[in-house]
Amino acid sequence: MIEAAATFAFACFALAMLMNLWKVVTAPDVADRILALDTMFINAIALMVLYGMALGTEIFFEAAMIIAMLGFVSTVAYARFILRGNIIE
Amino acid sequence: METILEFLVAAFLVTAGIFGIVGSYGLIKLNDQMSRLHAPTKATTLGVGGVLLASMLHAAAFEKYFSYHELMITLFLFLTAPITANFIAKVHIHRQETRDTMPEAGGDDHWATHDTPEDEERRSASQTPPAED
Repeated sequence: MIEAAATFAFACFALAMLMNLWKVVTAPDVADRILALDTMFINAIALMVLYGMALGTEIFFEAAMIIAMLGFVSTVAYARFILRGNIIE
Repeated sequence: METILEFLVAAFLVTAGIFGIVGSYGLIKLNDQMSRLHAPTKATTLGVGGVLLASMLHAAAFEKYFSYHELMITLFLFLTAPITANFIAKVHIHRQETRDTMPEAGGDDHWATHDTPEDEERRSASQTPPAED
C-alpha cells in the first residue's frame, strides 16, 4: 500500500515540477517567474524526501534542508534585486 | 497496528501529492497575479508538510529510529513561505502598481515600496537625530 501511495506522490510532484517549469518559461512577468522558481524548490524538497523515504536512508534530509535554505535565500535575493537593484546594501 | 500505520502513511502521501499538484496547477490556472500567489505558497507548503509527516511516521514505525530532521525542514518551510510570499507581493507592487492604484497608506502619503531615493533620504533624515560633530 505504501509503495502505491509513494508512486502516486512521486508522479504528482514530478507533474507539479513540470508545470512549474512550464510557468518559468512562459510567465508574463518576472514576479511570476520568481514564484514559479520558489515553488519548484519546494517541490524538489518534497521529491528528495520521498526518494530518501523510498531508499530508507537519512542522508537525503540534509540535502533537503540545504535545498530549502538555498531556495529561500535565492528567492529573497532575486526579489530584492528587482526591488532595490542591489542585494546587500 | 501495522496495517493502521501503513494506512496512515499512505493517506498522508496521497494527500500530500494532491496538495502539491493542486498548488502547481493553480499557478498555471489562476488569472490574476496576486491570486496566483495563493496557490503555491499555501497548497504546496501543505503538500511538503504532508510528505514530511509521512516520512517521520514511516521512519518511526518501520525503520525503528526517530527522525527529527523533518521537523526542522517543516519549521523552516513554514517560517520562510510567508516571507517569500511577502517579497513577491512587494515585487508585484513595485512593477505593476503605481501610487495612484494603491489603497490609502494610512499616516503616510504613499507605500514605502514606491519610495524614490529622495523620499528615502527625507524619511531617514526625519527619523535619525543629526550627528554631533
